[in-house]
Amino acid sequence: MNTQSEPNGIHSEMDTLDSALAEWVLGEAKKHGATAAEVLMIGAESIAAGVRLGEVEKLKSSRERRLGIRVFVGQSSATASTAEVERASLAEFVASTVTLARLTAEDPWSGLPEPSMHPREIPDLGLLDPDAGIVEADRALAIARKGEKAALGADPRIKNSEGAEFDSGRYRVLFANSNGFSGEYEGSSFSLVVAPIAQDNGAMQQGYWYTANRRFAKLEDAESVGTIAAKRALRRLGARKVKTTRVPVVFDPDMAAGLIRSFAGAASGPSLYKGASFLIDRLGSRVMAPAVSIIDDARIPGALGSKPFDGEGLATNRKHLVEKGELKSYLLDCYSARKLKMQPTGNAARSVGQTPTVSTTNLYLEPGSCTPAQIIGSVRQGLYLTELIGFGVNMVTGDYSRGAGGMWIEDGQLAYPVQEITIAGNLKDMFLNIEMIGNDLQWHSTTASPSLKISEMTIAGA
Amino acid sequence: MANDLAHPEKFFLSRFGMSDRAFERILGTALERKADYADLFFEYHSAEALALEESMVNHTSKSVSHGVGVRVCAEDRTGYAYSDEVTIDRMRLAAEAARAIADQRTTAPAVQVGAPMPHHALYEVETTPLEIPIEERARLLREIDAAARAFDPRVRNVMASIAAERKIIMIVTSEGKLAADVQPLCRLNVTVIAEDGKGGRQSGTYGGGGRVEYRYFLEGERWRQYALEAARQAIVNLDAADAPAGEMVVVLGPGWPGILLHEAIGHGLEGDFNRKGVSAFSGRIGQKVASELCTVVDDGTIPMRRGSLNIDDEGTPTSRTVLIEKGILRGYLHDRMNARLMKMKPTGNGRRESFAHTPMPRMTNTFMLAGDSTPEEIIKSVKSGLYAVSFGGGQVDITNGKFVFSASEAYLIEDGKVTRPVKGATLIGDGPDVLTRVVMVGNDLALDSGIGTCGKDGQSVPVGVGLPTIRIDGITVGGTRA
Repeated sequence: MNTQSEPNGIHSEMDTLDSALAEWVLGEAKKHGATAAEVLMIGAESIAAGVRLGEVEKLKSSRERRLGIRVFVGQSSATASTAEVERASLAEFVASTVTLARLTAEDPWSGLPEPSMHPREIPDLGLLDPDAGIVEADRALAIARKGEKAALGADPRIKNSEGAEFDSGRYRVLFANSNGFSGEYEGSSFSLVVAPIAQDNGAMQQGYWYTANRRFAKLEDAESVGTIAAKRALRRLGARKVKTTRVPVVFDPDMAAGLIRSFAGAASGPSLYKGASFLIDRLGSRVMAPAVSIIDDARIPGALGSKPFDGEGLATNRKHLVEKGELKSYLLDCYSARKLKMQPTGNAARSVGQTPTVSTTNLYLEPGSCTPAQIIGSVRQGLYLTELIGFGVNMVTGDYSRGAGGMWIEDGQLAYPVQEITIAGNLKDMFLNIEMIGNDLQWHSTTASPSLKISEMTIAGA
Repeated sequence: MANDLAHPEKFFLSRFGMSDRAFERILGTALERKADYADLFFEYHSAEALALEESMVNHTSKSVSHGVGVRVCAEDRTGYAYSDEVTIDRMRLAAEAARAIADQRTTAPAVQVGAPMPHHALYEVETTPLEIPIEERARLLREIDAAARAFDPRVRNVMASIAAERKIIMIVTSEGKLAADVQPLCRLNVTVIAEDGKGGRQSGTYGGGGRVEYRYFLEGERWRQYALEAARQAIVNLDAADAPAGEMVVVLGPGWPGILLHEAIGHGLEGDFNRKGVSAFSGRIGQKVASELCTVVDDGTIPMRRGSLNIDDEGTPTSRTVLIEKGILRGYLHDRMNARLMKMKPTGNGRRESFAHTPMPRMTNTFMLAGDSTPEEIIKSVKSGLYAVSFGGGQVDITNGKFVFSASEAYLIEDGKVTRPVKGATLIGDGPDVLTRVVMVGNDLALDSGIGTCGKDGQSVPVGVGLPTIRIDGITVGGTRA
């Protein structure tokens, strides 16, 4: 297959989605009686190449473009999206969205940002790989093969595989509103995931590992990804249940990242004004152990979660959500900020045809000084947590109960794998009881954390 | 439904200027290298949503999306390319990209597209909720808000939404088969936040829907039942004590707790995992995997249900598949590719989220058949245990078989009586083992109210579940009280 694109190849998909079209859409909205409007356009191209047991399993390629609008008639608004981007059908689309807005209740908190809040300059954050376009299929397959081969060759107990997949994508975002703001950016992403299966004594365990980056050249080596995936599958073999007990739990970096994602969910404006968060009215209070600081930084050059402006055209930034244990900032879009009588934080997220929501950008917990070995070494009996399944997190109360797996710690050493247990507690207590913070912060996705030790949680097992 | 959709295949022909000859040429291009099979999938999707919060219907949205995907299958390899521009040119490019999984050149077989295939008629709705005036739908949401608030003064906030969609799909295969369907779907959802005035806060959620007309929500004031259920659950949870931790007897109530089957059994019986030998159920057909009280089926042919379909997304009519019969594992759920490779029959379970995805074996409506015990007998038989009646989501690791599902409303059973409410907790078990511990099955089979969405490999599809009251002797409950 020959689908390698030039670095500017995305434009073929976006040719019709340009700022002139955006202006025209905003004009149509005004013509039909909208008092304010915004338009979001996204064009994307991608390829996914999968192998399994050394053979090609799938090749998928895609091209997409979407256009979404939000229109206001006074304090009433409506959102809409369409794939029909020819002007004739767009004219009708805009008109019917304005009609929909007229039928919607007036909401005193709705509206665009104040015009003065939009940035004048849009920084280049290096989101697009300047050297690599969409990776061509043969090369993508070769990388996936290499990753899987390393996993399959790692140990005789790796006998099966769910395969390996290499993905390559590019996208372009264009956003404009009737305040006169208009901005666009392009980005790229590359990723490899390897998922081998280890078998022993009739039992099977899957392991997976991945690498993801905006720059092709910065991906981790396929062989090391495969080798780590194999190790992760192998270490689960022979897992057993433990007795119900209360012990310290050490979250590995991936599991710890999930924990701070839950925290960010409770700190987001929509959860707060709906009354659906355990962090309501906690700004300025101590919500975590004094050693903990959590930062959201949208401006890290080339990082997976970076973006130059948010989903409402406001400048993004770097800020502490938690500083030395104290809750410093919520995550707010304009609507939730007005409801809570605060200022928006540049964290509005947007998908085409949806009202703004809130999201983190690059979210991380500042590393501490302990090595993972020191943290594990401090535990006499406890759990080293490497996997969680299920959705047992109650954002309203903070109650936390999830399926868990990992390694049992005995006398400061990883002793044997455990599974079919749960860990439970309440997030409010868990964050206050963070007892040790690792020095092992590494970025694999948009959220990162070092290892964390929580002094005590309930383990339910046999 | 509007008359122009009596023949959905004509919709695509006229809207995008397609013809049988064009399909034949594209499929010919797709098969220019040695492959088993190719198909085209067309989709036109419209959706509208209204949402109420703080007693205002302040969010309305609508969307239209469409696209076409070209798939080429050769042995166990799949090539797929899609575009949201439905034009002959884009389809030809997609066909060239998709066939890249096959390397040997060959003479493309002549494809001749025939007449549309007949199929079930499970949801012949006259009007979808999309055609009901916005004002009327908004009024219903405001009535729900009022009903939930009237239930108890401790109700602080109500969030209600009504989402309706209509999907028109058409599949054209290299065997010349053509199948098309119009699939309406809607869902009404209510979430209530309650506060006890002492700093305690809880939520409750309920809802329902299906492939139904708008009046479904008005019949017997279903909307009111949804509102009151959500409010009741939030209020009950205000008084919930800490949940117990450890292995214990668990009684599951009827209906939505059937999510147990979906996670513990259903995913592990999907054909792709079993063909690859990566499921904890691989190679176990004919073996005992449940107590003989248990018969579990997947049935995509129940009229109006959220998980039902006239045809799956490969054009195969849906069916009723017995997964477990009196404790014995009987069958897998198949799409075309996995059925062919395992030399079995497709079961009509090849589903996909949209044209942007390839089909996979997925569940439809998965449930356990009723037994003989009354629910009262079952509760009465338990000396000490947990009675769980409402659940949030669940998840399974299909390879090691471990699954979880999280209770959102549960009570202690003490000396044969349901006593105190306890906080939600995650239950964890082993798929091939959990149903062997079922010792009583109730006579009160119920299907859920139409709220399920299943995620697999990044694709979401609507599903249903069902269960009679059952007693399981030994499953781990993940509370905090050790």
